Amino acid sequence: MARLTLNALGKTFGTTTAVAAFSLDVKDGELVCLLGPSGSGKSTLLRMVGGFETPTSGEVLIDGEVVTRTPPERRPTAMVFQSHALWTHMNVFGNIAFGLRIRRLPKAEIASRVGRVLALVGLEGYGKRQTNQLSGGQQQRVAIARALVLEPKILLLDEPFASLDQHLRERLREEVRDIQHRLGITTLFVTHGQDEALSLADRIVVLKEGRAEQVGAPAEVYRSPATPFVAGFIGSMNRLPGSVEAGRFRHGALELPLEGVPDGPAELAVRPEHLVVRAAPGGGAASLRRLTDYGTHRIIDLETSEGARLKAQVADGADLPQGPGLQLEPTAWAVFRNDQVIARSPA
Amino acid sequence: MSADTVAVRRRARRRPDWAGLGLGLALTLVILVPMLVVITWSFSNVWRYPSILPQQMGLKFWQATLARADVWSALVTSLSLASVVTLLSTVICLPAAYAFARLKFWGRDVLFFSFLAGQAFPKFGLLVAIAAIFLQLNLISTFWGVVLIQLVGTLLFMIWIPVAAFQAVDRRMEEAARDAGAGPLRVFWSITLPQAAPTIFSAVLLSFVGTFYETEGAWLIGAPQIRTMPVLMITFINNQPVIQYGAVLSVLLWVPSLVALVFTRRVIGSSTFARGFGG
Repeated sequence: MARLTLNALGKTFGTTTAVAAFSLDVKDGELVCLLGPSGSGKSTLLRMVGGFETPTSGEVLIDGEVVTRTPPERRPTAMVFQSHALWTHMNVFGNIAFGLRIRRLPKAEIASRVGRVLALVGLEGYGKRQTNQLSGGQQQRVAIARALVLEPKILLLDEPFASLDQHLRERLREEVRDIQHRLGITTLFVTHGQDEALSLADRIVVLKEGRAEQVGAPAEVYRSPATPFVAGFIGSMNRLPGSVEAGRFRHGALELPLEGVPDGPAELAVRPEHLVVRAAPGGGAASLRRLTDYGTHRIIDLETSEGARLKAQVADGADLPQGPGLQLEPTAWAVFRNDQVIARSPA
Repeated sequence: MSADTVAVRRRARRRPDWAGLGLGLALTLVILVPMLVVITWSFSNVWRYPSILPQQMGLKFWQATLARADVWSALVTSLSLASVVTLLSTVICLPAAYAFARLKFWGRDVLFFSFLAGQAFPKFGLLVAIAAIFLQLNLISTFWGVVLIQLVGTLLFMIWIPVAAFQAVDRRMEEAARDAGAGPLRVFWSITLPQAAPTIFSAVLLSFVGTFYETEGAWLIGAPQIRTMPVLMITFINNQPVIQYGAVLSVLLWVPSLVALVFTRRVIGSSTFARGFGG
C-alpha cells in the first residue's frame, strides 16, 4: 500500500543520458508498465527506484518520503530480476527465507510466511528443492515469492519473463496480475514486449531515449498514439507518407478530408484492423499482393500505386480481385507531422 | 562451464582420444615411474646394483627414520608453518581479491600486476636481498621470518585465483541480496563467498601444499633453527650416503598433498575443482 513519485529523475553515464528528467506518479495499488526498446532507459529507471543506481538529478519518493540516496537494503522495494538471480547455494526455502532471517524473525514465523508465499505462487512443498532442480518458470516463481515474502511497498519487475517461452510467459503474466490484484501492491513492470504491457498494465509509459513519449491507459496508448514512435512501437501500424493539400491528406488515389490543417508533408498512420478494403471496379489506390490466414484472422498485404506497402485485416479476402483495383477506407487513423499529431479520426 | 560444453566433451570422449592417451602415457612415465621407484626404495632394506628388484624388502628404514626426533619436529614445523601461512594469506588476500574484483580505486591495475612481478624475477636473488633486510630486523632463523617469506610466495595465486572467482559471481545475485535487506558485509559473507567457495578452496589448497613444499625461502631465512621437511630432506640427501632415508622422507612428504587431494574430491566435485583452475 504505497504511492511512488518520481520527480524529474535523471541519470547520465559519462556523456550519454540514460534517463532525462523523468517524472511519474504511481498510485497506490497501481501497476505501471515501462515499455520501450533496449537502451530506452527503462531498466535504469527501475534500478534507480530499487536503489541500485544513484540518480544524477531529481528524486524518488515512496509515500512522500525521499529515498533517493537510501541503499537498496533499507528501501521498502523488492525487485524480481530478469535472470531470476536465485542463490544457487541455497534451496528454495533458503532463498525465500533469507530476507526474513536478516530481519531476525522467529523460526516459526519464517516457516509459515515462506509456506504462505510458496502457496501463493503455486509451489507448495517445493521448499527443500535445489534451485537447479526447477524449470525456468518455477525458478521465476521462486524469485517472485522471494520478493513478495518481504511484503514490500513497491514491487519492481525487470523483464521477469523475457527468458521464458511464449506459453509460460502468458500464464505467469496472468498469475502475476492475479497476485498483484489480490495483494493490491504498487508495481512497476519493465518490458520491451507491447503485448505484455497491454495485457498487464493499468497505465503504460512508452519510453524512448530516456524520455516518456506517452503515458496512458493501454487502450489510450493503442488507440491514440501521441507520436509516430508510439504508433509504430505498439501493435502493428501502417505508415503512409503523403501530403496535405487544401484540407485533404493525399497518398496517390487515397484521400482523407482533414479540417484546419495547414498544407505540407504528412504521414498517415492506420492499423490493419482499421483499414477497410473494397473492390473498386474503376481501379483503386492499391493492389493485392498476398493473403495470410492466421486462424483467428486474415491479413492481406497491399501495395499502393505509390509503391508503399500496407497490411489490412479482412474477414474473408477471397472475394478481392487480383491486381490494381482496391479501394482503401481508413476508419480510425492519425496524421503526423514532425513527430506531432496534427489530425485524428473523429472518435 | 555450461552444461552444453560438458555434453560435447562427453560425446567427444567416446572416440578413442589418441592424443590424450599418448599424453597420459607420457605423464605416467614421467611422474608415476619415479614415484614407484622412490616408494620401492623406501621399503628396501637391501637393494644393490645390478639387481632389478630389491634383495630384501622391509620397514627397517621407515623405523629408523620415524625414530628420529628431528624428523618429527620438522614435520610439526612444516605443518604449523603451512597452516599459519595459509590462514594469514587467506585473511589478507580474500578481502584484497574482493576489492580487486569489485571496486575501482586508484592504481588498481598496476597493483594487480605487481603481484606477477614478484614471480617474474629470479627468486633466489630476491630472497638473498630479503634475507639481508631480515638480518637487520632479527627475523633470520625465526618461525615468523619464514612465515613472512612464504606468505609472499602465496600472494600471487591467493589473489589472482579468488579475483577470477569473485568476478564470476553474478552481480544480480548480490543485488538481490541487498534488495532482501542484507548490508554489503552480509552479502559478501552469505552470497559472494559461498558462490566463489569451490574456486577459492582450490587456491587455499594450492597455498597450503605450495607452502609445505617451499624450500628455498625456508632454508635461506629459517636455517639453522627452523628446519622444515623439505629442508631436512635436502640435508639427509647431502649428508647420508644411504638413499633410503631420502626415499622415506619423500614418501612422507607426499602424504599432505595426497590427503588434501582426497579431501578436495570429497568436499567438491572434480568438475568444480577443475573450474577453479579454469578447466
